[in-house]
Amino acid sequence: MDGSGKIRGAFRKGRAALIPYLTAGFPTLEGAREVGEAYVEAGADIVEIGVPFSDPLADGPVIQGTTARAIEEGANLDYCLDLARGLSSRVPVVFLIYYNVIFARGVGRFLEEAADAGVAGLVVPDLPVDEFGDFGRLAAERGVAVCPLAAPTSTDERLEKIGRVATGFVYCVSVAGVTGERERLPEGALALLRRVKAKSGGAPVALGFGISSAEAAAEAAAEADGVIIGSRLMRLVEEGGARAAGEWLRGIREALELERAGAGD
Amino acid sequence: MQQKAGGEEVRAGYFGPYGGRYVPETLIHALEELEEAYERYRTDPEFVEELDSLSRDFVGRPTPLMFAARLTRTWGGANVWFKREDLAHTGAHKINNALGQILLADRMGKRRIIAETGAGQHGVATATVAAMYGKECVVYMGEKDTVRQRLNVVRMELLGAKVAPVGSGSKTLKDAVNEAIRDWVTNVEDTHYIIGSVVGPAPYPRIVRDFQAVIGREIEVQSRERFGSDPDAIVACVGAGSNAIGAFYPFIGRENVRLVGVEAAGRGLASGEHGASLAEGRLGVLHGAKSYVLQTGDGQVREAHSVSAGLDYPATGPEHAYLKDEGLAEYVSATDEESLAAFELCSRVEGIIPALETAHAIHYAEKVAKELGPGKNLVVNLSGRGDKDVEEAAKALAERDGR
Repeated sequence: MDGSGKIRGAFRKGRAALIPYLTAGFPTLEGAREVGEAYVEAGADIVEIGVPFSDPLADGPVIQGTTARAIEEGANLDYCLDLARGLSSRVPVVFLIYYNVIFARGVGRFLEEAADAGVAGLVVPDLPVDEFGDFGRLAAERGVAVCPLAAPTSTDERLEKIGRVATGFVYCVSVAGVTGERERLPEGALALLRRVKAKSGGAPVALGFGISSAEAAAEAAAEADGVIIGSRLMRLVEEGGARAAGEWLRGIREALELERAGAGD
Repeated sequence: MQQKAGGEEVRAGYFGPYGGRYVPETLIHALEELEEAYERYRTDPEFVEELDSLSRDFVGRPTPLMFAARLTRTWGGANVWFKREDLAHTGAHKINNALGQILLADRMGKRRIIAETGAGQHGVATATVAAMYGKECVVYMGEKDTVRQRLNVVRMELLGAKVAPVGSGSKTLKDAVNEAIRDWVTNVEDTHYIIGSVVGPAPYPRIVRDFQAVIGREIEVQSRERFGSDPDAIVACVGAGSNAIGAFYPFIGRENVRLVGVEAAGRGLASGEHGASLAEGRLGVLHGAKSYVLQTGDGQVREAHSVSAGLDYPATGPEHAYLKDEGLAEYVSATDEESLAAFELCSRVEGIIPALETAHAIHYAEKVAKELGPGKNLVVNLSGRGDKDVEEAAKALAERDGR
């Protein structure tokens, strides 16, 4: 099955898909593998692996900190591909990767290596759809899906364009801002989700940036096809290791199941 | 929309293969809004009049083209002329762009201004125009730079700006830009980001270049007045490259004018500790644009080094990358040591303490002057004055002299 099929399959679970994020190489090269395992055991539907980059301009302090540490640990692209390879037989893996890392490897070569490692899809936060050029087509040829971002500032016209190129899911950014923990689901996030879904052309829509509690995840799940959780998990890894993150994630998964049961589905 | 660079039509937002808009989706709307505002106002008579009169009365334009008689004699080559951007209000060319952009921000109804700064000159220029237009202003500055450019931190604070030290990454300009972009993503509705050089996502490189091109237009007029022709060469320092592109722009494609950009070779190109991205960088994407970037094989951006805080940036504006590839400008470099020597020479011989950035251009100007020979005319863009650098320079000179 190609990446697109794997990703769309992960969303057909009768509840919102759970998409935890981990920074490759954090807290250590080996530690990140344990985090990935813990996510799978906790019932992750897709695992998002952040490929460390020196200048992660879409990320807030927590993920900036983890990527800086990971680079010091020696988490290069080869390591990230290897990490993906270890997980991708059990769960679809998407890369969160800044464009320069792809570009430095060579777009064609990178896509081949990613496909070979079983990477199902790519989130490239600094590659808006206008700059895709041949990227989407080349990715499709290698069987790797693309997951473009949609933002509160995106016009309807842009959302349609984003929906057209989304061969994986649409990554809906809950709020104008960078990644980081927020107490509650931002106001307007549900309305935004409805707007994005109406324009996404059938691609699943996952909500990310700032979801850091079971309540917010459950609330988001009322509209979202999936929820992406990053900063909170990375802080848990920092404080209590893979096990703490896995336990907390299991709680989120239960909350998502309850939410769907409560909705009467 | 088409634009011209070096006489060639290129894809919108691009200079040849360089440039573009590699930013999070959240910012696209703001960039489109900025582009529309710029298209609308750049030819609007009221806007042009406001910019022109403030350039004259507030900035002090036109800045003089001064004959550097003693350097001309000392070097024994071409006539050396200084384009005195150091005499512009706030002490550097940076004010040209800051002024143009505050006018745009004001018309776009933005109440809050953010900026990044390395040496502090752009921060001071932005704080200045924000004060004049009554806008809230936050300037991001690498922690290291807040220490080595303390004078400018004090100036910004006096002007009412908040200086936000950036402690991530290299703690210099590169990370200040990241942090400014993060702020902009978060506050995009009411905030305008005044980017300080010809970098960043489209349309910034073009807007900043256009506001700086006043330097080149004045050089053209003043050269004809003073020596009856175009200069035979123009030399300017290149970090990210705004003073250079401003001086070069009207002359791009004219075969009678050599355009020479001088990058920071730091401790030497071979040392790896430098800011010479055109000489040693590879094509990459940083801060929203495709250009030459100092990076590892894996695409991690490297830290740049220069004795001048204004030049230690690991990339260069996309239009410079294009000019280099097309052979429309030459790019060379000067080391810390060479630039310090030029800093001293200019101070003692001409009575002008130049910015350390500018000293890079002065160093290389000697070589160009000698190549051109007597009777030819060479313009050095004196991009800024060196007040801000005296402490750093004194330290570096003392080290050099073993004191």
